Amino acid sequence: MPDILRCGAILLAVLAVAALPLLADGYWLSIAVTIMMYTALSTSWALFSGPTHYIALSTGAFYGVGGYLVATGMSDFGTSFWTMMALSPFVAALLAGAIGIATLRLSGVYFVIFTLGLAEMIRNLVSWVQNNFLGSKGLYVLTELEERHIYWMLLAVTLAVFLFGWRLGRSRMGFALRILGNDEEVARHVGIDTARTKVLLFMTTGFFAALVGAIVAPRYYYIEPNVVFSPELSFLVVIMALLGGTRRLYGPLLGVIPFTLLWETVSASFPSATTMVLGLAFLLIVYLIPDGVTGLIEKLGKWRAP
Amino acid sequence: MDVVISGLLLGGAYALVAMGLNLQYGVARIMNLANGELLVLGGLAAFWAFVSFGLSPLLTLVIVAPLAFVGSWAMYRLLLRPLVRRAKSRGQLEVDSILATFGISFFLVGIMVSLRAEYFAYSFLATPVQLLGTTVAANRLVAALIAAAIAGALYLWLNRSRPGMAVRAVAVSPEAAGLVGIDVDRVSAFAFAIGGAVTAIGGCLISTFVTLDASAGVIFTMKALIIVIMGGVGDIRGAIIAALILGLVETAVASIIDPGLTLVAAYAIFLAVLLFRPQGLFGQGSA
Repeated sequence: MPDILRCGAILLAVLAVAALPLLADGYWLSIAVTIMMYTALSTSWALFSGPTHYIALSTGAFYGVGGYLVATGMSDFGTSFWTMMALSPFVAALLAGAIGIATLRLSGVYFVIFTLGLAEMIRNLVSWVQNNFLGSKGLYVLTELEERHIYWMLLAVTLAVFLFGWRLGRSRMGFALRILGNDEEVARHVGIDTARTKVLLFMTTGFFAALVGAIVAPRYYYIEPNVVFSPELSFLVVIMALLGGTRRLYGPLLGVIPFTLLWETVSASFPSATTMVLGLAFLLIVYLIPDGVTGLIEKLGKWRAP
Repeated sequence: MDVVISGLLLGGAYALVAMGLNLQYGVARIMNLANGELLVLGGLAAFWAFVSFGLSPLLTLVIVAPLAFVGSWAMYRLLLRPLVRRAKSRGQLEVDSILATFGISFFLVGIMVSLRAEYFAYSFLATPVQLLGTTVAANRLVAALIAAAIAGALYLWLNRSRPGMAVRAVAVSPEAAGLVGIDVDRVSAFAFAIGGAVTAIGGCLISTFVTLDASAGVIFTMKALIIVIMGGVGDIRGAIIAALILGLVETAVASIIDPGLTLVAAYAIFLAVLLFRPQGLFGQGSA
């Protein structure tokens, strides 16, 4: 397909997706917001964890930092939503940088373990600060923003993530990352600063997760640390990205849509079974579709046309 | 003094759990993130036997240990060994086993929630005992003593017996162990199962003085991992000392600053270990 046609097709698709709030509202718009949110989160997760094979479980922590900063900024310090939304991704990126410097020099297991409890740890710390120094009154996020505005902002973030991923794939750093993912030893020998590459990319994941958390904050109205620092979110993002496959930029998208629909159904109809579904999803991915849906499709394609 | 005594008693129970995880990671090389759920399962069994039949948790653990042994052995054989066989590299195995054991862990939580969604609260040996001038609950003391006895037995078995030597050999190098005629596959499964049994016993003991619930496992997994890393992977003596340090620091932070900050304290220790001694307290060379 010529480039001009391809660009046109992508532009049309984006316009169609952007027009969705004009057609749907209520339940389906809220599902669309959720899908958009997870697309941004899992695509940016896959940009780091796909090539490096480091399973980051920190999405919930950074998302929580975004949501909490918006809430405390507006309720305790009287700043505007937009200031906090612009500020929080940078705070999260700095935090991610510090965590990355401490853990990414070592083996992958240490990184996974450190991120595993991160959301819970920050939640404890934030609750303590809130109770002892800022007063334990509730945090309200009251804005004029409606569901469709949130949808459009998330769409913009998602597009930014895709654009970043596309540029990354064509840059020196993306090339370095692919070598690093295949063999870290080789990467070091050809002169790639592996630790720096990993830390920088991890920072972008933290940046986008906090941005999404900040944008979504008005959906909650009333924010409690227990709600925004959700460890469950981190696992959902991992499952969706792996289900879709991390080798293609659009891979996570193919995991996000079916899994969000499944998850919404299960949470609404069988709320006590959610944890079990999460467990079964992990097992299904590891044992049956280790390369995700995109990997499966490619394998089928090869098999049919050898 | 209060802090020191109760910190050491808590550390004793942690040591047992961390030892279980250490056997699984150090020997079978599976980072078992479902370890905490096995602990909670042990606690649930102790609770259920006590409430339904009035059975003492100290008797329940005699029944739980072989069950956990068989369960862990089956888990290794059926679910984890296929991953070991499939893996092309150590990194691949790490990612696969992390994801698979996460799956198992959520699955177990799901089962436990359907069995009992509330807290496993019961009162066993909650009588005060005088110890070195301070008062402690008898259940904590009993738990720490049993943990110490089991840890001691395990240490002797690993260091003084032939099967224990085989286990240590596999921990040092699976390839070399295979060359001297050790059945690495069998020893790995065996170590994994022993680790599971020890963890479940730890769960029975901990449930006598900590109120558990179905989703409490992940915090224990986290703490056990921090202890294993602080003590050095595969180092039983290091794990015991690390567990005592974590127990002390947590108790100190809880009683001096705020009980809500124990996980933050654990993280502070973890960070210090990663920055200054990633090879473990007694480890040498680079990690």
